[in-house]
Amino acid sequence: MWDYSEKVVDHFLNPRNVGEIDDADGVGEVGSLACGDALKLTFKLGAEGRITDAKFKTFGCASAIASSSALTEMIRGMTLEEAEKVTNRDIAEFLGGLPEQKMHCSVMGREALELAIANHRGLSDGTKRELEGEVVCHCFGVMREDIERVVRENGLRKIEEVTSYCKAGGGCETCHDAIQEIIDEVARAGPVAQAPVDRPEADRLGKKLTNIQKIRLIEETIEREIRPRLRLDGGDIELIDLDGNRVIVGMRGNCANCMTAQFTLKETVEGPLREFVSDDLVVVQEEAEA
Amino acid sequence: MNVYLDNNATTAVAPEVIDAMTPFFKDQWGNPSSMHRFGGAVAHHVQLARERIAALLGAQRGEIVFTSCGTESDNTALRGTLTRIPDKRHIITTKVEHPAVRTTCRWLRSQGYRLTELGVDAQGRLDLDELTDAISDDTAIVSVMWANNETGVVFPIDQIAGICKSRGVLFHCDAVQAVGKIQIDLSRTPIDLLAISGHKLHAPKGIGVLYVRRGTKLSPLMMGGHQERGRRAGTENVPYIVGLGRACELVAENMAEENRRVKAMRDRLERELLKRCSSAVVNGDVEHRLPNTSNISFEYVEGEAILLLMDQVGLAASSGSACTSGSLEPSHVLRAMGVPFTCVHGSIRFSLSRYNTEAEIDYVIEQIPRIIERLREISPYTESKPIADSVRSGSD
Repeated sequence: MWDYSEKVVDHFLNPRNVGEIDDADGVGEVGSLACGDALKLTFKLGAEGRITDAKFKTFGCASAIASSSALTEMIRGMTLEEAEKVTNRDIAEFLGGLPEQKMHCSVMGREALELAIANHRGLSDGTKRELEGEVVCHCFGVMREDIERVVRENGLRKIEEVTSYCKAGGGCETCHDAIQEIIDEVARAGPVAQAPVDRPEADRLGKKLTNIQKIRLIEETIEREIRPRLRLDGGDIELIDLDGNRVIVGMRGNCANCMTAQFTLKETVEGPLREFVSDDLVVVQEEAEA
Repeated sequence: MNVYLDNNATTAVAPEVIDAMTPFFKDQWGNPSSMHRFGGAVAHHVQLARERIAALLGAQRGEIVFTSCGTESDNTALRGTLTRIPDKRHIITTKVEHPAVRTTCRWLRSQGYRLTELGVDAQGRLDLDELTDAISDDTAIVSVMWANNETGVVFPIDQIAGICKSRGVLFHCDAVQAVGKIQIDLSRTPIDLLAISGHKLHAPKGIGVLYVRRGTKLSPLMMGGHQERGRRAGTENVPYIVGLGRACELVAENMAEENRRVKAMRDRLERELLKRCSSAVVNGDVEHRLPNTSNISFEYVEGEAILLLMDQVGLAASSGSACTSGSLEPSHVLRAMGVPFTCVHGSIRFSLSRYNTEAEIDYVIEQIPRIIERLREISPYTESKPIADSVRSGSD
């Protein structure tokens, strides 16, 4: 039942900074009762242009309340320029991670913050997000711009991920084709951020893997994710050694003399290993070791 | 104090049921199909359980087929009969069925069947004229639940069964929530197929029953041996069958008295919560409702948050909120009733059992208003300032 980090539980049970600042310098209200969650953020600026106080009121589930509480803690002491740079991933990371299907709670926090800053600058009344363009998901009223942004900033590749992050596509599903097009467009436009990691095995074992666990997971990931792809091109791979976070591999078959081996190493080998084993792994070829 | 008010999800196994089951793990572990004394003694107890279940339902022994759960019973009822009437390609069900029926019917639609899902009104009631109109020469089966798991609303099954019989179409009833809480007499109500789940009536999980009226053509879902007269292959789950038999016996002995006591507690709980919490409404037809269920929407707060705070003080219930469903879609039952999103998200289902006590109800009545109040203090919405719809105002 409690699929939440300790920090989420703490911020839900003991929310910080609940309330509304009466003479706020910025107000941001997003979401609605219909959507199932809503957040009203107010902040006060101090002499040096730093946020001295921030308060929230939230309607929503535990992670919506925790995300709002975390946001108010995070932005206190920030200048508006600093606060502007806060992403939904920062909020999720501050909380020690959120379940995938709850990521939209962190996105709601980021949206309220942006709106409150726009409100301070006289660009918004604090309740309406002035977004140009089309509504893609009519069930949840999600705009194209919102979808593009969560896809870009969180490296999303699947429609279900988009739904988890901004609710788009979670209702009647008729916008799924449009969402897929947006995902494809963003992917074509440039490299996306490192995707949020789903490492059930690594998570089960806890953050600190022993070397033996790590090697075993690397072997499994090579077998499942990497080797089949290399074999399509007549290549193969061999795990030689693990030195801290350096994974030393030998490229075999066609891969051994391939012009794009370096690319293969990064994309096909290092990517999955980081995804399924550990973020800090660096893959190097054995020749480079010699 | 820990108080379990989620009995529509599952129930505690009755101590009497555990006692009845134990010998069939320890000593009498034979296979009832075997031709020796180890099997023979056990087969007798399987038959005894079958008789007890049949007695509770007003059925005959041969009409009781043991399965692994309510879902298997529903699947067998629908898929097992449709294959026997291949020339009829229309199914009628409702918009508020349990996923065991709903998902199966939608899968059948993807396999080429025409599917009619009957709607319900704001109280969760069916329009029987709509059912009558929907039945055509092509209709193979009608599948309607006896009582709704989320709201407890009870459908007029006698009438529905009568309509189906008069039109010559099969009628399957998912009675998983009804058995043990409502008097059922299949010798009078012309139901062809009826699904039961053990763990909703104080037997363990992993045992179910499909009632198959004598003469109903049914293909097995599970193929293999000739158990259950060829209607469900697989070695009988003897201890659980015996347990379900005992559970049904307990129901038969105590149902009227227990229902009266449970209903009194449910009514007091509901009355006090509505009195002590503002902006709270009951979902569903309160006139035709299971005695143990109360579904209440607390406006301006969200269900998952309520449940987690309840859990902090030892209270267990469930919610129709989107956040507890694993998807963004809140309860399909409350949505079909047209309950506004604003109420669905804060809906909590309290479902009682014979094991709840008045002292427990006192504790719930004391705790829930505090929880609602605490969340409303955090919420940007209040009665005086209900809805500031922003860009993301969902469709309704």
